[in-house]
Amino acid sequence: MDNHILESKSVNVYYDDMHALKNISMKVEANSVTALIGPSGCGKSTFLRVFNRMNDYIEAFRMDGEVLMEGKNIYHKKMQVDELRKSIGMVFQKPNPFPKSIFENVAYGLKIQGIKDKEFIQNRVEKSLQQAALWDEVKSDLNKSALALSGGQQQRLCIARALAVEPRVLLMDEPTSALDPISTAKVEELINELKQNYTIVIVTHNMQQASRLSDYTAFFYMGDLIEFGKTEEIFRNPKVERTQNYITGRFG
Amino acid sequence: MSNKNTEKIIEWLLRLSALVTVLTTIGIIWVLLSESVSFFQQVSIIEFLTDTQWTPLYKDKHFGIMPLVSGTLLTTFIAVSVALPLGLVIAIYLSEYAPKKFRKTVKPLLEILAAVPTVVYGFFALMVVTPFLQTIIPNLSGFNALSAGIVMGIMIIPFVTSFSEDALQAVPKSLKHGAFALGSTRLQTSFRVMVPAASSGIVVSVILAFSRAIGETMIVAIAAGQQPRLTANPLVPIETITTYIVQVSLGDVPHGSLEYKTIFAAGMTLFVFTFILNNISFWIRKKFREKYD
Repeated sequence: MDNHILESKSVNVYYDDMHALKNISMKVEANSVTALIGPSGCGKSTFLRVFNRMNDYIEAFRMDGEVLMEGKNIYHKKMQVDELRKSIGMVFQKPNPFPKSIFENVAYGLKIQGIKDKEFIQNRVEKSLQQAALWDEVKSDLNKSALALSGGQQQRLCIARALAVEPRVLLMDEPTSALDPISTAKVEELINELKQNYTIVIVTHNMQQASRLSDYTAFFYMGDLIEFGKTEEIFRNPKVERTQNYITGRFG
Repeated sequence: MSNKNTEKIIEWLLRLSALVTVLTTIGIIWVLLSESVSFFQQVSIIEFLTDTQWTPLYKDKHFGIMPLVSGTLLTTFIAVSVALPLGLVIAIYLSEYAPKKFRKTVKPLLEILAAVPTVVYGFFALMVVTPFLQTIIPNLSGFNALSAGIVMGIMIIPFVTSFSEDALQAVPKSLKHGAFALGSTRLQTSFRVMVPAASSGIVVSVILAFSRAIGETMIVAIAAGQQPRLTANPLVPIETITTYIVQVSLGDVPHGSLEYKTIFAAGMTLFVFTFILNNISFWIRKKFREKYD
């Protein structure tokens, strides 16, 4: 795979004395879905957050190694973090819509970039809500508070909000773990469609979800990247016994 | 004595202490009401509300509360226009920018501002702020609403900061991270997400600051003058409701006279103001608090 967009090179992460990620080197293929799996506390969420520098807000966080986006080190001193995050969007585990209207939520990312063209914003909001398969449910009341939506709708709204700024990469941290099965199915369908245009990295606890959705799978255990490869291969004949044990549910 | 009896006694003691505060409040309202009623038997409520002069201690008696109300509102508005922007900016800095350790040391320090005796503030206004302002505004009177209001504003900054900072801290971290993840700068996150999300708490802090400023006595008594005047001009001496009450209480007005009863009518007016404000803040807190979970 040479069409990669993200790459980590010997990344080590520490929280105070805790060595949370150990020498991780991995490449993320463009326009594909990469799943990060592993038991709780294995470092997969930390690794996801390394890509948009969301760990920077944790006081005890320390990192060495390099993380490249299209060849540029995103931990370079001159890197503008807010600019980086415009091309790497994120969807969190729990839906976190702003206490604003549905419209304002989706328009937020555009407005903070200083875009004032109302028609442009309106079109982009509609497009993003359509991409997130939410448009038909909310088009008649875009001015309603986002907090009045159901959990599943809120999560799709958060996806729409992330898509509105047209990022290249979408990081998803267990995006369906707080959702009911129907909403989960909708979000999964969405991820399948989005990979045409976006690179998606998704953390999931759900093995079926990883095998259904992803093209590549990375298995983490205790801060180590145990195995990484095409999802089919990882699930059909894993090379490491520990991976086999985890995906077949023998531990975790 | 059995355990059960001890429990009973403790329960009654606790109930009694709760009762003391309730009874005190009822007592205050009762005294205010009964004295005011007897005042309004001699002075019509229409005169009280519409007469533009307040001269109960002079020969030509007028009982119009408006000059005192205007003095009170004038100093209060000046105080809040000082305290709101400063207090809010400090709160945003402490909550969104300052390192945790810095916040933990500075917040209690700031609250010392609220613990300075108000008489000290009063003299500070009279002896420091007024002379300083006179160098900028030459026609400023020695007693005026402006410096009293400004100093009162400094005094209530900790109210605004403390409540607003609590409100900002109560906004779920997930919203802040959501804003950051979309590429917001700290400034954008603070003003476009955190402050709107904490707005109900911030509004409550401002209303409580209002209510504190309306009831403030010492600073205005010392620095604002004692001349009831229906004006919006902050450069001349005025009198607030609280100052008038002090003036009469310390004077030689005979108990039970009409002049004496004016302070209860004035006190009643003050009570109505702060009562309404406190209720509004209570209502806002209940109604507009964002529920995130």
